[in-house]
Amino acid sequence: MSIELRNVAWSVGFKKIIEDVSLAIEPGEFLGLIGPNGSGKTSMMSVLAGIRPPSGGQALLNGSAMKKVGRRNLARKIGFVEQQADTIDRITVREAVSLGRTPYLSVLSPWSTRDDAIVDDALCAVDMAAMADRMWQTLSGGEKQRVHIARALAQEPTYLLLDEPTNHLDIRHQLGLLELVGRLPLTVVAALHDLNHAAMFCDRIAMMAKGRLIAVGRPVEILTPENLRDVFGVSASVDVDDKGRCVIRFQTSITTLSDIKEGRVA
Amino acid sequence: MGLVRSGVIGRISAGGLALMLLLAVLAFAASVGETAIPVPTVIDTIANHLWDAGNAVNAIDAGIIWNYRLSRAVVAAACGAALAVSGAVLQALLRNSLADPYLLGISAGASTGAVSVVILGLGAGMLGLSLGAFLGALAAFAFVTLLAWQAGRGTSAIILAGVAGSQMFNALTAYIVTKSASAEQARGIMFWLLGNLSGVRWSDAWLALPVVVVGLVVCLWHARALDAFTFGRDSAASLGVPVRRVYVVLIATSALMTAVMVSIVGSIGFVGLVIPHAARFFVGNNHGVLLPLSAVIGALFMVGADVLSRVIVPGQVLPIGVITALIGAPAFALILCHGRVLR
Repeated sequence: MSIELRNVAWSVGFKKIIEDVSLAIEPGEFLGLIGPNGSGKTSMMSVLAGIRPPSGGQALLNGSAMKKVGRRNLARKIGFVEQQADTIDRITVREAVSLGRTPYLSVLSPWSTRDDAIVDDALCAVDMAAMADRMWQTLSGGEKQRVHIARALAQEPTYLLLDEPTNHLDIRHQLGLLELVGRLPLTVVAALHDLNHAAMFCDRIAMMAKGRLIAVGRPVEILTPENLRDVFGVSASVDVDDKGRCVIRFQTSITTLSDIKEGRVA
Repeated sequence: MGLVRSGVIGRISAGGLALMLLLAVLAFAASVGETAIPVPTVIDTIANHLWDAGNAVNAIDAGIIWNYRLSRAVVAAACGAALAVSGAVLQALLRNSLADPYLLGISAGASTGAVSVVILGLGAGMLGLSLGAFLGALAAFAFVTLLAWQAGRGTSAIILAGVAGSQMFNALTAYIVTKSASAEQARGIMFWLLGNLSGVRWSDAWLALPVVVVGLVVCLWHARALDAFTFGRDSAASLGVPVRRVYVVLIATSALMTAVMVSIVGSIGFVGLVIPHAARFFVGNNHGVLLPLSAVIGALFMVGADVLSRVIVPGQVLPIGVITALIGAPAFALILCHGRVLR
């Protein structure tokens, strides 16, 4: 059981967005996808989710090409939460989560009590059961994100794919959300902006730059001062604690106001 | 959701109720007019025609009811239902509360197509009015989508493109009419373009009814796919919806429904825009319920508007498009302020 990319390329018109990416997702892991803006993280997520067919190479689910597996079957295996999916429709939290049952429903197999139970479980898993009847528009950013995850969980997936799930959340909700996702008994792939979060929560990190996958490995192997300098263009020191977890301290060359006040700069 | 979970029996009884209401309104519509005919006479006449009931009915009354008013009411109902369902589908697919066949230029294109066939004789008699309207509708929609695509594919781009498209096709229609039509033809065409049910007969009803029934069934078949578009196209794709196929099937269905209706009654605004919002106000966003309800409200609204258009100015029939806009615009304003459907 795995998602695998083999020499995948994806382009818009003549512009190559991602190029020659090979990556195998291991069952049960939490894989973080990092890289500077425009490095192709979002495109990579949609190729992994099977939404965009690669223009070169192969995207495989359990050994067979995603295209052959079919949209509906993919949706039963892979839950995908986009970066910013919003709606102007007036729907309740429960209705939004119920959408996750779409790949299992058809005219011949209509909504059943089992679907109700699965939606209830999904709501509980993200701690939103008490807000099931709230309108979508009244939710905060963090709540909306949890509802999206519940919708993906209602698909009963093996894989959960998240594209920058912590965008626009305050720090408490960022950590809360990542903890929640980490606790789920699923294989998780998340594109993450905050490198310290990637260090804290991920089993493995895949690093992208200019549309290419340049390194995959444990956080300590990837988050090195050299990589941070070469790929992200920042200078930083990395502390590794006795459990092998790393914390990044970013250094700045920007002059601060207090430097000027206290006469440290001319 | 409440309605959805009430199960099959609840749905069937709600459907039956709606159908009976619709039939009652049709009978009422057939009784109103220059000569008022009592509703029981209308029912007797219908019974005579449907299963040879042998009721004693004045032959003139029977003729008026069956040949003029009832066919007209049936076409009005079909037209209202078709436009409302098209509007609901386009709003869901394009993620824009302003989408409707009128605003997206489909109606304008259908008018151009119909006028080209009637006045220019395009297709040398091989193309019927309806087919001409359908081709015009598709051409207009293709033009609008292409323009929107070039402009950036955003949800507001499609509306702006639609405005440009309808202006252009309306101008084309006006050009063809003024250049090639005789004065009398031109007056007739202009009246028809505003929406006119006067010349409608049973042959039109037998075209409109199957189209609206098949169209509604096709759209209902895709109801869950439409629900899945709630959070946009990619989200629908990740929920297992074959996005491209659904787009093609449903937009073709909407265009076909609109085109046939425009070819019969001319282009009628506001029904496709307002009715789906009104329906949403009652049952929310679940398309399995929303689409049939839109169809029913649309049908009732159009039949009512037709009755009004016949009685509001004594001795004269107003174009029905005038009535739908006169009622539709304030109703829309009300929904806008009250329900906050648009943001």
